Order: sequence, then structure tokens, then C-alpha cells
Amino acid sequence: MSTEFLKIEGLAKTYPGAAEPVFDSVNFGIARGEFVCIIGHSGCGKTTILNVLAGLESASSGHVFMGQREIAGPSLDRGVVFQGHALMPWLSVRKNIAFAVRSKWPQWSRAQVDEHVEKYVALVGLASAIDKKPSALSGGMKQRVGIARAFAIQPRMLLLDEPFGALDALTRGTIQDELLRICAQTYQTVFMITHDVDEAILLADRILLMSNGPQARVAEVVKNTMSRDRQRANLHHDPQYYRIRNHLVDFLVARSKDLSHGRAPAQPLEVSPGLDGEPEAGSSGARPDTGLDGRAKIVPLRHVA
Amino acid sequence: MTKTLGFRAGLLSLLLLLLILGVWHVATLSGPAAAPVLNMTPEEIEYAKLLGKNPTGEGGGAVKSGFPGLAEMAAVTLQHLSQPFYDNGPNDKGVGIQLGHSLGRVALGFVLAALVAIPLGFVIGMSPLMYRALDPFIQVLKPISPLAWMPLALYTIKDSHISGIFVIFICSIWPMLLNTAFGVASVRREWLNVAKTLEVSPLRKAFEVILPAAAPTILTGMRISMGIAWLVIVAAEMLVGGTGIGYFVWNEWNNLSLPNVIFAIVLIGVVGMLLDLMFARLQKAVTYVD
Repeated sequence: MSTEFLKIEGLAKTYPGAAEPVFDSVNFGIARGEFVCIIGHSGCGKTTILNVLAGLESASSGHVFMGQREIAGPSLDRGVVFQGHALMPWLSVRKNIAFAVRSKWPQWSRAQVDEHVEKYVALVGLASAIDKKPSALSGGMKQRVGIARAFAIQPRMLLLDEPFGALDALTRGTIQDELLRICAQTYQTVFMITHDVDEAILLADRILLMSNGPQARVAEVVKNTMSRDRQRANLHHDPQYYRIRNHLVDFLVARSKDLSHGRAPAQPLEVSPGLDGEPEAGSSGARPDTGLDGRAKIVPLRHVA
Repeated sequence: MTKTLGFRAGLLSLLLLLLILGVWHVATLSGPAAAPVLNMTPEEIEYAKLLGKNPTGEGGGAVKSGFPGLAEMAAVTLQHLSQPFYDNGPNDKGVGIQLGHSLGRVALGFVLAALVAIPLGFVIGMSPLMYRALDPFIQVLKPISPLAWMPLALYTIKDSHISGIFVIFICSIWPMLLNTAFGVASVRREWLNVAKTLEVSPLRKAFEVILPAAAPTILTGMRISMGIAWLVIVAAEMLVGGTGIGYFVWNEWNNLSLPNVIFAIVLIGVVGMLLDLMFARLQKAVTYVD
């Protein structure tokens, strides 16, 4: 565990006036180059955790270390893709990204900045729209610009706050593929919030499951046991996919609410659905059925929460 | 569709203008000499003239007496427009010169107000503490009629011209201050968060994030201020005297030259409209579609 790039220890947040913390004893780690998704119901504090990692909010207690150093305040080391793209509407795509690039490398010449911006705009496939204002772009294109802006500063870690939540399923699929490709190219370490179980299985190497708030915790860490070159097109042909999916959905539908008020373990269990038998979650509630024929148990639920 | 709508609206405006001019013309048509004069002694006629009435005109009413017809108005307008910049001493200057004085005062007072209001608005908008601390002062000072400051200004500044500028300053400051503060305070958190995560310096954040984000609101404030300043300058110049379009109106009233007064009124309206149009353009230039 000590080799982990990002380490979160005993993180807790109590909002002023609230009797119970939103979450407490949140412990997990992320290795360099790893893609980690966090799933949980609304109100369990996912966004707060991400904001703490980004340095935009401070936790009530606990520590976050990145590369052996404690995080205090925002930094160019961590790029953030916001839930609503957060582009500045008075700037063109080029200038929006240039704003970020000039922040990271203030000494660069105009030509250098321009070249760098164009490279990252091309990376998300928006070269033809580079001089358009955000208002002239579709939702998917805006979010792509947001992703390009985060990648353009070459952060050591990328934080994504439910970046595709507002997009339609088809657009989401395309951008997910793009994100996967760019992450594979750049060996980017990513922490991402999502509500979409399928998205998590496609993108993440490990999936953190959060129990419900108040006193939410990261209750389980699900290892994605599928090969890393998985594709959206062939994902659902792998029997392992359904085992993982069922495990996640069972957790969210049945078990997460029984684990609120701090009943989840402080140190999350690491499980590999379908490979290590029944998970040893010591909680009550429905046991996830990860039986042999996973397909029989598909829950027709795409968005949870 | 909009083109035809614009065309039709223009046509209607033109018709309304013609109607107004027509009514004016009919109302000021000089009829036969009115009866009352016949049974007035010369002394009574003289007395009536001293009272500002013209008993030899139509109907003995104040409506006719001295109120110019269209032909007279046209002549006066032409005369003013043909030589707007003549200067025959303190009480006889072209309207161009008078207008120039008024615009100069408004510009100076307005710019000074902007220099104070916009930075101060930034501070108030960014700091809830300052907002709360300054709010009572603003709330008390804002509703004071700018002309109420005039005696105080004349006493302390001891210069009527500078007092005029001060009055413009004090009346244009509030809309700009409040709009700037509001615009700055309501800059979206997500843009500020972007700036934070990019470790943008405070100065760069102010100029590259907050200013463009709040610019439409700030310009709305400036537009309102300019409108008020142009309203106030006429009244202020009537009080202060000397030069300016407001003084011109007052002076021509004292001369009982209604055509000149009417010409000045229309001129004030047109200039006010042009000023507003200018700010509307600026506003459009900084407005962004979200």
C-alpha cells in the first residue's frame, strides 16, 4: 500500500450545523496510472471527496497524500473536469484551453501555447471547431473541450466529476472511448465520479463503492478483472462483465443503504466478483448473486441514483 | 419576417410623427384676431403683454400666445443647425457649444464615477464583509436626489462648474457601483473553481475571469448611470448657469423664446438617445451567450 501514488486516510466531512458527518473514515489509495471510478448514491459525498482531492474544499479531518506529499489547496498537478463543462462562454475553444496552458507555462510564447492547444484540441477531435465559442458547440463537444483543457496542463492526476452525466447515451459512448484511448496513451492516473455502472466497468481498473450517507464510507473496492484492452463493443460478451455488473448493482440497490451511519468497514474490502466466490461483506441485506450464469441476473438498470 | 416587421414599424412611426406634426400645425394655426382685444383699452393690452400674454393673437388663450407654429420651428431649427458654434458673448452661444459644455461635464463626472465605482464594486462584490459594511451607506446615499448635493458642493468646492461635475459624479456612481458589485458577486462558482485549480493569480483572475464574466452587468450599470447623468445635467446647469444645454433652456425661457426651448428639448432627447445607443452597442459587444 505504501507504493500508492494517491493515498486518502481517514477523510471525513461534517458540514456546519449537521449532526452527523456526510462521510467519515474514508480510506483508499490509487496507484500511478490507474483509473479509479467511485460510485454511490446521491448525497454520500462523492463530489466533496473529489473537491477535497482538487483542493477546492477542505475536509473536516483526515489526510490526502499525493506522491508522499499532503495535498493542501488546489494545484496544477491535478486537472479537474467539472460536472457542467465550466468553459468560459466569452472565450473560444482555443482561448479556453490557452487560458489553462498559460497558467501552467506562463513563460511560453504565443506560438508555443497555440501549438500545444491545437495538439490537445485535435486529441479530442475538435480541430474544426477550435475557433468557435462554447455556445456554438453541442453538449458533448463542450465536455470534450473540458477534457482537453484538463489534459492540456499535463497534470499528474486527473479528477473527473461525473463528466458525462448530462450527455445522451450515444455521445457518452463515443467520448468514453476517447477518454479510454487518451488515458491509455498518456498513462494518466484518473479518479472519476460516475452514476453509470456500465461506464465504471468500461473505464475503471478498480471501482470504489460508497455506502449511503450520512457517515458514508468507501465500503468495497471492486477489482475490474476484465482485460485492460476491453472495448465497448465486446464488453457484454465477456461473462465476467455480468458478474461485476451484478455485484455493483446489488450493492447499490440492496446493500448500500444498510451500510449507512458508519456501518460500513473503515478499511474497504477488495473483491473480485466471480473470481473469489462470495464477497465477505459482513453486512446484512441481500447477498449479491454472482452465480455461474450471470446473464440470468441482469438488472435492467442503467443509472442508479 | 423581422425585416417586414421592422419596415412596418418604421412606417407606423413615420405616420405617428406626421400625425403629431399635423396636430401641432392645426393647433397653432393663427385664426382671425380674437374678439377680446376689441373691448380692451390700450393700457389693458399693455398689461396683458407684460403678463406674458398676447391679447392681439388668437383666442386670448395662453395656448396660442407665443407658441410657435411649424414654420417658425423649422426656421429656428435651420438657423441653429446652420451655425451651431457661434459665440457672441456669455448669453449668446451656438447650441453646439452649449451641448459641448454639457457633454464635457457629463463625460468628466461619469468617468470619475466609473473610476471610483468599478474598483469599489469589485471589492464589494468579492468580499461579503465589505458588502455588509458598506451596504448601509449605499442604501442611505443612493436615494438622495443628486441636486440636493448642490448647495453642499457649492459651499465646499466654491466653483459652480466643478460643482456641476460633482453632481454628475454623485448621481452616476450608484448604478455602476451596485451593478458592478452584483455582477462580480454572481460570477459562477465553477469559473472561479477553474481559475483556482489552475492556480491563477488574483490579478489575472480579476481581469481574465471576473471582469469578462461581470462585464454585461457592469455595462448595464454604466448605461443606467449615463441615462441618469444626462437627465441630471440639464437640471444642474439650470441651477449653476453659465454654459450648457440646461442653461440654454433656462436662458431661452427667460427670453420667452419658446421655439428655442422646444428645439433644445428635442436636441436633449436626441443626444440622450445617441448616448444610450452607444452604451447599448458596448453592452452587446461584451455580452456572451451561455
